[in-house]
Amino acid sequence: MNNYKLLGKNFTPPDIVAKVTGKAKYAEDFRVEGMVFARLLSSPMPHARVKRMDTSEALAMPGVIGILTADDLPPVVSPQKPTLTNEPHYVGEPILALAAESETLAQDALEKIKIEWEPLPFTVDPLESLYPGGANARTDGNVVSRGSSGNPPAIEDTKWSARDFAAVEEGQLPMGQAQAEWSYGDVEGNFKEAQYVIDETFVTAGTSHHCLEPRSALAYWQNGKCIVHGSSQSQSFTHPFLAGMIGIKPEDLVFIGEYCGGGFGSKGYAYTEMSIPAHLSKKINRPVMMRVSRAEEFFVGAARPGFQGRVRLGFAENGRMLAADLHIVQDNGPDTGFNDFMSAGDALALVYTPKAMTFKGIPVATNTPPRVPQRGPGQNQLACVIEPLLDKAAKHLGIDRVAIRALNDPDNDTRYGPKQRGLTSAYLNEALEKGAAKFGWQEKKKLSGKKNGSKVMGIGVGQAYHSAGSKGYDGLVVLTPEGKLHIHTGVGNLGTYSHTATSRVAAEVLKCDWNSCVVVRGDSRKHLPWNLAQFGSNTSYTMTRTNYVAAMDAVNKLKEIAAMDFGGTAGDYDIGDEKVFSIADPSKSLSYAAAAQRAIDIGGKYSGQEAPEDLNAMTKTSVAGLAGTGLIGVAKDNLESEGTPPAFAAGFIQIELDIETGAYEILDYVGSVDCGTVLHPMGLDQQIKGGAVMGFGMATKERHVYDPQNGLPAAVGVNDSKLTTYLDLPLEMRTTAVDIADPMNPVGSRGIGEPVMGCAAAALLCAISDALGGHYFNRIPIVPDMIVNATSGRDQSHGPLAINTF
Amino acid sequence: MTKDMMRGFDLYQPANLENALNLTARLGKDAWLMAGGNDSLDWFKDRVKNPVALIDLLAIDSLKGIRETAEGIEIGATTTLTEIANSDLVKSRYNLLAEAASHVASPQIRNVSTIGGNLCQDARCWYYRAGLDCYRAGGKKCYADTPEGMNREHCLFAADRCVAVSPSDTAPALVALDATCLIHGPEGQRSVKAEDFFIGPAVDIERMTVLEENEILTAIQIPDRWAGANFYFEKVADRNTWDFALVNVACAMRLNNGTIEDVRIACSGVECVPKRLTVVESVVKGSPVDDEIAALAGKSAIRGATPLNYNHFKIPLLENLVKRAIRNS
Repeated sequence: MNNYKLLGKNFTPPDIVAKVTGKAKYAEDFRVEGMVFARLLSSPMPHARVKRMDTSEALAMPGVIGILTADDLPPVVSPQKPTLTNEPHYVGEPILALAAESETLAQDALEKIKIEWEPLPFTVDPLESLYPGGANARTDGNVVSRGSSGNPPAIEDTKWSARDFAAVEEGQLPMGQAQAEWSYGDVEGNFKEAQYVIDETFVTAGTSHHCLEPRSALAYWQNGKCIVHGSSQSQSFTHPFLAGMIGIKPEDLVFIGEYCGGGFGSKGYAYTEMSIPAHLSKKINRPVMMRVSRAEEFFVGAARPGFQGRVRLGFAENGRMLAADLHIVQDNGPDTGFNDFMSAGDALALVYTPKAMTFKGIPVATNTPPRVPQRGPGQNQLACVIEPLLDKAAKHLGIDRVAIRALNDPDNDTRYGPKQRGLTSAYLNEALEKGAAKFGWQEKKKLSGKKNGSKVMGIGVGQAYHSAGSKGYDGLVVLTPEGKLHIHTGVGNLGTYSHTATSRVAAEVLKCDWNSCVVVRGDSRKHLPWNLAQFGSNTSYTMTRTNYVAAMDAVNKLKEIAAMDFGGTAGDYDIGDEKVFSIADPSKSLSYAAAAQRAIDIGGKYSGQEAPEDLNAMTKTSVAGLAGTGLIGVAKDNLESEGTPPAFAAGFIQIELDIETGAYEILDYVGSVDCGTVLHPMGLDQQIKGGAVMGFGMATKERHVYDPQNGLPAAVGVNDSKLTTYLDLPLEMRTTAVDIADPMNPVGSRGIGEPVMGCAAAALLCAISDALGGHYFNRIPIVPDMIVNATSGRDQSHGPLAINTF
Repeated sequence: MTKDMMRGFDLYQPANLENALNLTARLGKDAWLMAGGNDSLDWFKDRVKNPVALIDLLAIDSLKGIRETAEGIEIGATTTLTEIANSDLVKSRYNLLAEAASHVASPQIRNVSTIGGNLCQDARCWYYRAGLDCYRAGGKKCYADTPEGMNREHCLFAADRCVAVSPSDTAPALVALDATCLIHGPEGQRSVKAEDFFIGPAVDIERMTVLEENEILTAIQIPDRWAGANFYFEKVADRNTWDFALVNVACAMRLNNGTIEDVRIACSGVECVPKRLTVVESVVKGSPVDDEIAALAGKSAIRGATPLNYNHFKIPLLENLVKRAIRNS
């Protein structure tokens, strides 16, 4: 157990009052003098080319200020996502932006723009595109090569042979030429040894992000600088990318992103839409507000890549996974897409540690919204696929379902994947154990299949993983002459309050009363350090390290200043009660306020006139901006970090499923996590529960439906997409954490944001299959009609490999 | 893909029915009647339907409230679904309607949605709502009724070029309760049985009810005949709130010593109108309530169902719901 004063304790996040009272200003709440409104004209077709465009009538309307088209912007290299385009690749892709004195007028003017379209071939099904003669989503090809050693992604034209398709059973995934593959161990030999082999085709839906705050932005230019109010999960990391999209140097951009109404991975850093008002504002010389509507957010707000896949798993008699063979065709959307399929392969290798494994995957372009990371990108889809199959194996082999997981789970000695990488530490087994105890697994599992009229009890367990940390970013704190500790953080505000939870490490190290601390963030003018984005469950690990090294630098400087004033060496001094004092004679002391003033007087490194060479340029600029304002603690995180820091989560669920209607009710849910030292109990509790809600949606509700005849989406907006609602949830969910420190983090912490979704989704899928006596759908989402079809002995409406139909 | 940005229009807020009728007469095709707005505003925001003049009915007091009458009760057309769901009078006599009203959409939507709007709402077929030139929109094509159409929510019965369904939760309850719709128009007032208020594509493919252009649905009358009967309402949707029914069922039953003396049963989500299941009624009438007659009722409900590619699950779902209604009324 640790003796932290702040870490592991709850606190009131400094931004929470503004959020719950509605006083928080999000991007679209700002107004500046002379501001005009922009609206987007977007593509009505899944793939087409603008042959002719006549904007004269629109531009002649009184109150219409101007337009921005793709021709005003530098061209992009295929398959990169353009900001505006004359060759849209999905319905809803922005073609142009028009500015007017009011939004209604802007929309009226858009209706006066005449565009002659040349329709082009399109597809909403990756497998159809791989079939000989199948349509390509792009004129230059259909498969995105991931690029290696820094090469940008490129587009290729790949078709599999008709023989590849004919060689497999109807409904089974064919596998032609892969785009990425790896292997380790004697896979086929191990399959031969296996007592039980599973071979299943599967589909996972590529659901939309549906951020509550759409990607609205305000931009204007002032004295050579561009000021952007945007919505991003991140602050410092967003900055250079946004500057690049606008075409200016980072120092000429002011980026304000104090609040973010949800990103779920889609606002990890800058996105092209955020730059549209900046470009348009430059062209028309007026501030431009572009409010993206709920429906537009469905199109430009991106989606998770869907999978069409096949997996073979070979188990020994005791349940140990001897071999795995995973093939994934990824619905990659219209442009670069994301590496979900690769992460899924890694996750299988890491979570289930098969003794031998092959992975093959190919990302195929479709004319559907762009595919970007979404909470647990790849890992959570993989959890939804593999966890029910573990149950199937456990059932076949007569093993307890928790036990088969524990048997295959990684631990501190695990080396995983083709590179046999290690982990910083791993306590998934402990999370399973703790969760099972809290849930009452041994008792509850006896309820499996218990009938109550048309209702049947289902019990499920699920696990998920994501990597959970990075290293090498900068920390920056200032002790001011007023005796305040300013903790500068460039991390962003994606909604978890980790901007403050991780900042408290600096206060802990400096033994500061929390009331003496100010978290400085949300605006690039506030002298923020270079920090990683808030994505990939990394913040708790990465930002505790940066704040730790900055605070340690401040501690050392305090001691050095004390030694200068009182004699001896820095080692003769210690800190406490916001003072630096002589260990031998505590009466010789300087308050932090006095020490800060001394730092200003001494200058040099003590007050930021000098900064370490290895800092990022952004941090150096920030230090220079703060120079002379107090005692500056600043450092790059050069702490040791060996192995992948993992985030592990296990979910346990009890449901009652009505086999006549396909409806289910969640009776109990327990989420249990391994995230190292718990930094913020209430924050963690909320993460586990919120992730579970999103996971339940992924498993059984959220739809991504396209009509293959015309490429039109059937589920636009939060209602048609069937996001989970309050009334679909149990009144209470329960949580717990292992809380064992990770040795590679100075306070023992790792992230957790992503797997808490995947484990809940997987647990619910397992519970549904359990209630149905071992019927496995091999598909997400499982919606009521699939359950009714299954229980009434009917075929499913969709083929086993159909995608974008649910 | 124009979304979420209404055009301007003239707004009229008549204070009484006479003024409203004068406005509909004067404005003719340009007029759009609106109550709660949950149907209308979607159309306007998508700029699929664009009224020149909007007549907001909510300022007319005589269209609001629940009243006892000599023959039963009368509910003003702009009474909200929340008021109906919470009304002691409705709950004590016609709990079927209270139950149905309480299952519409979400609590927030029920707070502003009206019973009249719930009955008069337009088809929810996503192709039609997207503004495509389908039959219902005056075109010459149905996008849903094709081998690859995404038609999971569409109909099992009585398709005629259009395969959209009645989306209402309160409509089958009112059909089962043998309610009457009171309509005011330039010629005065007329009454239409709830069962006849809705029309399918074979009658008129561009509208869902018998309401003429310048008529206003003013009230719903529910007769005493079914007051305090045995009721059953169930709705199956993708979520516990907000969604339209995949299938719902409403049943009113009179029992005499365990024998079904009289029954009316109807459902939405399977046909363009709320489907009264007269076959089921004749199958079960005179029988004791037991599993056997419930199963027979379920089977008879699905006779003649013609599924599309993605909606054959509605056959067992309808069968199960009818079975449950007969078993549990």
